[in-house]
Amino acid sequence: MISLKNVVKKYGSKEVLKNLNVDFPDGKTTVILGPSGSGKSTLLRSLDLLVRPESGTLDFGDISLDYSQPVSKKKSFDIRKKTSMVFQNWNLFPNLTVLQNITTAPMTVLKQSKVDAEKHAKILLGQVGLAEYADRYPSQLSGGQQQRISICRALAMNPEYILLDEPTSALDPELETQVLLILGELSKMNQSMIIVTHNMDFARSVADKIVFVEDGDILFDGTPDDFFNHPTTRIRDFLSGITFNDNEALK
Amino acid sequence: MWHIIITSLPEMISAMLQYTIPLAIISFILGLILAVLTALIKFIEPSENKLIKYPWLALRAIANFYVWLFRSTPLLVQLFIIFFGLPSAGIELSPFIAAVIGFSMNTGAYASETIRSALLSVPQDQWDAAFTLNFTTRQTLMKIVLPQAVRIALPPLSNSFIGLVKDTSLASSITILEMFQVSQQITAKNYQPLLMYSLAAFLYAVVCSLLTLLQHYLERRTSKYVKGSEA
Repeated sequence: MISLKNVVKKYGSKEVLKNLNVDFPDGKTTVILGPSGSGKSTLLRSLDLLVRPESGTLDFGDISLDYSQPVSKKKSFDIRKKTSMVFQNWNLFPNLTVLQNITTAPMTVLKQSKVDAEKHAKILLGQVGLAEYADRYPSQLSGGQQQRISICRALAMNPEYILLDEPTSALDPELETQVLLILGELSKMNQSMIIVTHNMDFARSVADKIVFVEDGDILFDGTPDDFFNHPTTRIRDFLSGITFNDNEALK
Repeated sequence: MWHIIITSLPEMISAMLQYTIPLAIISFILGLILAVLTALIKFIEPSENKLIKYPWLALRAIANFYVWLFRSTPLLVQLFIIFFGLPSAGIELSPFIAAVIGFSMNTGAYASETIRSALLSVPQDQWDAAFTLNFTTRQTLMKIVLPQAVRIALPPLSNSFIGLVKDTSLASSITILEMFQVSQQITAKNYQPLLMYSLAAFLYAVVCSLLTLLQHYLERRTSKYVKGSEA
């Protein structure tokens, strides 16, 4: 389990996370929803120390961290070892082949042998249907293919948690579906995941838990059933605001 | 005319092989090493650890001063200070060593900014992706950022190298018998300035054209991962 307590993050004088408290349970898929600029990505990036909040604590299994104190290299390494991030624009390494994108970190960081790392990478590529693309460069592939490869790259590190920051926001609907199917599979296999997304159908189908963030505050923390079927006024506005069919403006 | 060309060419080519090309290659390699170090010192943010932070900031101040000094003064003046000036301060250098020091320091100052801009051109996203995979700063530089930066830096670094080949003609002013100096000496004997200086210009152009070919080859090698390049 990951627990954040009293987390505050400021950019200049603007508070983007206002004293947040939230848990992310093991083996579950937690979906973070909320309008753009609400602090969702900042929250997710705090878990991987890509963003350093000013204060608050992170409890992650046997590791505890106080954001207000300097973080040792070892602690930062241990936390990042338990997590892997998948980015909105996938951020593959353009100078490496697909296979090297997946194997370089396991070989460099986890000291796996080349044979083992490549074997694992090929199994992962097979699982996402891209086995024959191992020797291509990322620039030769579609966005959906690149995002599936970046999921393989994250999985190759055997993380406890996969953190996904709007993994399909930059994809067209067809490519988006390819990626969502893979995430759905991972969710069924009880891979711990935390996903920031704007896709409500996907959130409804994979989430074990929903966290709704707005203006740096958590306005909802509960089950998808409560979120979608018994919404508060603000959540109902949010949901109807992003649903084309029910949009008030069209009536 | 052909007689004059054929009799003076061996002497000029020999000066080129003995001084112009070695001066350019040695100075460029040393300059490049200096440039990479200077660029990294200016590019990498030191860790919070005070034992690393303050020495690093001191190094950075030295790097900034060095780049400022060599970009703010003419190359010819730098060569004069090193060769004619330093002996008064008790430092006597052979003409060749003085020229190598001047050329490499000058090239290093300009090339360090080329390399720094190439490092800055690699997006922060690449660092984020590397850090989430637990690469250290060093591993990220070696495996991810530098290979991408090299591709960006190649064309402007080729500019520096080609510029340096031609700048070696300034070494004639500190008594080195490089190619241009030899062409001046021959001219003093045969009174054919147009022919002799054109011949020197032609030989510089030959060397620089070969370097341009090398640049194209290296660009293809380092760009094979870029969309649309079929290498």
